[in-house]
Amino acid sequence: MYTLECKQLYKSYDKRRNVIENLNLQIPEGKIVGLLGPNGCGKSTLIKMVAGLLQPTSGEILICGNPVSEITNSYISYLPERTYFDSEMKVNQLIDLFDEFYSDYDRAKTLHMLRDLGIDINMRLKTLSKGTKEKVQLVMVMSRNANLYMLDEPIGGVDPAARDYILNTIVANYNPKSTVLITTHLISDVEKLLDEFFFIGYGGAILRSGNADDVRENEGKSLDQLFREEFRCSVNY
Amino acid sequence: MAWKFEAETPVYLQIERKICADILSGKYPADTQLPSVRQFAVEASVNPNTIQKALGELEDTGIVYSKGTVGRFVTGDENILEQERRKAKKRVIEEFLKSSVSLGITKQEIIDYLNEGDI
Repeated sequence: MYTLECKQLYKSYDKRRNVIENLNLQIPEGKIVGLLGPNGCGKSTLIKMVAGLLQPTSGEILICGNPVSEITNSYISYLPERTYFDSEMKVNQLIDLFDEFYSDYDRAKTLHMLRDLGIDINMRLKTLSKGTKEKVQLVMVMSRNANLYMLDEPIGGVDPAARDYILNTIVANYNPKSTVLITTHLISDVEKLLDEFFFIGYGGAILRSGNADDVRENEGKSLDQLFREEFRCSVNY
Repeated sequence: MAWKFEAETPVYLQIERKICADILSGKYPADTQLPSVRQFAVEASVNPNTIQKALGELEDTGIVYSKGTVGRFVTGDENILEQERRKAKKRVIEEFLKSSVSLGITKQEIIDYLNEGDI
C-alpha cells in the first residue's frame, strides 16, 4: 500500500486554467521524497489538497489507502509554508496545545530539540525572529509520530547552520514506517537527503521522477543540475 | 559537521568509500561494532536508506558483516582487509593517473617528481 497516491487529479481555482492537470503519483512508505518544481507550479496546491485544506476539482487522493478526511488528517503532520500559530502564544502554550490536540505528539521530543536549539519556551512567538519561528514550527511538526510528514519549504527562511540542524532533525526522526514529503526549490541543500524525487512542471505535470542516486549513477549529474536543465528546456517564452 | 559529498557521484557510493577508508585507517578496528544506520545518517546528514545501501554493499565485499539484530561489525579477516586496501589504493592511483592524463603529464614526469621532488 502507498502512503500517498494521487489518481487523475485536477485542480483549478478559476475556470480558465488548471493549476494541476491529470496528476498521477504513488509514494511508498519509508521514503524521503522531494517534490521539486519552480515557483507557481502547484506544489503547495497539491500539498494543501492532501492535507484536506483544498478540494480537488476532480480525481482521487488516497493516504494509506483512505480518502482525505479527519481520519487521514491524523496520519499527517503538515508544515505549511506560512506560520499559522497565534503569535500572542508562548512556546510552552503551543506545546500544551499540540499535546492536547494530537494523540501521536511526543512532548519530550519537542523539549529536547528546543533545548538543542537554545530556544526559551517562555518566549512569545511574536518576539521570535522569522528563522526561530520556523525552527519552532518544524520542531512541533517533527515531534509527532505521523505516517506522512509534509514539509512545505522547510528551509526557506533560515540560515545555513540552522538549515543543517533542520535537515538533521528530519534524518534523526526518520522511521521506516513513515514517509517525508519535502517541497523546495533549494535542491542542492536537500538532495543528499532524498530517496526519490518528482520534478513538477507548470500544470502540476510530473516531468521526471525516480531515485536520486540512480540519476547520479547513470547520468553523472546532481539533481540540482538536472533540475536546471529540465526547466531550461521545458519553459517556452 | 555533515560529511562533504560530490554532487555528481551517487551518495551511497561515496559513503561506502568513506566508511571503507575509515575501516582501513583503523578508525573502526577489526572485529569492532560499527555505528548504527541512524548514527551514521545523523553524522553524515543523509537519508538512512542511503546508509543502509552503502552498508549492504560493504557487506557484499565481506569487509563488514552483520550479526543478527546486534548490528554490523568490521571483519577480522586480514585477507579481506588486505584485498580492500589494495582496491582502495588502486582507485586512488587510477584517479590520479586519469587527471594527470588530462593535464598531459607523462609517466617520466611523475617518476622525476617522485625522485627529485620537482619536474
